[in-house]
Amino acid sequence: MARAAVPRRLGGRLRWKPARLTDRRVESQVARTLVFEVPDWPGHLAGQHVDVRLTAEDGYSTQRSYSLASAADGEHVELTVQRVDDGEVSPYLTEDLAVGDVVELRGPVGGWFVWRPEQKEPILLVGGGSGLVPLMAMIRMRRAVGSRTPFRLVYSVRSPEHQLFVSELRLDDPGLDKTYLYSRSTPPQWPRPPGRFTASDLSSAGWPPDFEPTCYVCGSTGFVETAAGLLVALGHHPARIRTERFGPSQ
Amino acid sequence: MSQTPDFLDGNAAAGELQSVFGTDMTMASGRCRGCDEEMVLAQAHAYLGGPGMVLRCPGCEGVLMRLVRSPSQMWLDAGGLAYVQMPVPA
Repeated sequence: MARAAVPRRLGGRLRWKPARLTDRRVESQVARTLVFEVPDWPGHLAGQHVDVRLTAEDGYSTQRSYSLASAADGEHVELTVQRVDDGEVSPYLTEDLAVGDVVELRGPVGGWFVWRPEQKEPILLVGGGSGLVPLMAMIRMRRAVGSRTPFRLVYSVRSPEHQLFVSELRLDDPGLDKTYLYSRSTPPQWPRPPGRFTASDLSSAGWPPDFEPTCYVCGSTGFVETAAGLLVALGHHPARIRTERFGPSQ
Repeated sequence: MSQTPDFLDGNAAAGELQSVFGTDMTMASGRCRGCDEEMVLAQAHAYLGGPGMVLRCPGCEGVLMRLVRSPSQMWLDAGGLAYVQMPVPA
């Protein structure tokens, strides 16, 4: 069951906390969900980040910022990590880290790219590839609190094999409309040929600008620039578009 | 100047900034001294690949803030910001 975030604990100076891997789930060919147990986790808002720090035996240490994938749920925190082949951290997290291993985690952080259940305006979620992760946290939070706020998800992904959260998004979530756009290859008999998403994809699957939706756009830098530009061209006010870029360093 | 695509949002720097300032700096607002653009720092372009962290203006790509950490010292240069208005630390 979702636990409300405690805002006064979201501020304050951050400390690294030990986080123990308790489960790992396959999400796609290249993505894994890592479930961590973090004692005294203060709760979080959908869309927030954590920093993960890894330290080698020789003392070398490196850190990365990841979006939280789960709705707030006690002391459990889920990250969905897509492997970047030449990456330094993601291959380790997705393949080498074993259940029972401990990493250090700092957060939750960030109050900008978040959806709060008290928001009543319609929501447009536009995700590219692993940019779906923080948007999924919003979808899960909406479900966990029983919100009836209308959501529309437009998910652009290379191929069905790269799709995240397939079975969960197949579930019926009343008030959540889902549109999948495949850029390289589609499922059999898919009506839309593979290709980059366009203004007409966004206008048919999104909300009219005069509904004044808040738009959350997350993906690679190029995806975010393109999608945010199309939304502005369609008439959405820039102040209603919140973006989050996932770079190669992720 | 030309934009290199290798940046993230100010959000990606949230942890580092909060560990220094003790408050959520991504919701802090500021004004670029170079082009007068006003923004919340979550909208700044964050370059995290170097030895340290650089935030640039989403309007003119001017450097807003640099934060470099060594094992014992931190170096903060926020000279590109005319002001920062931030939440009071908890």
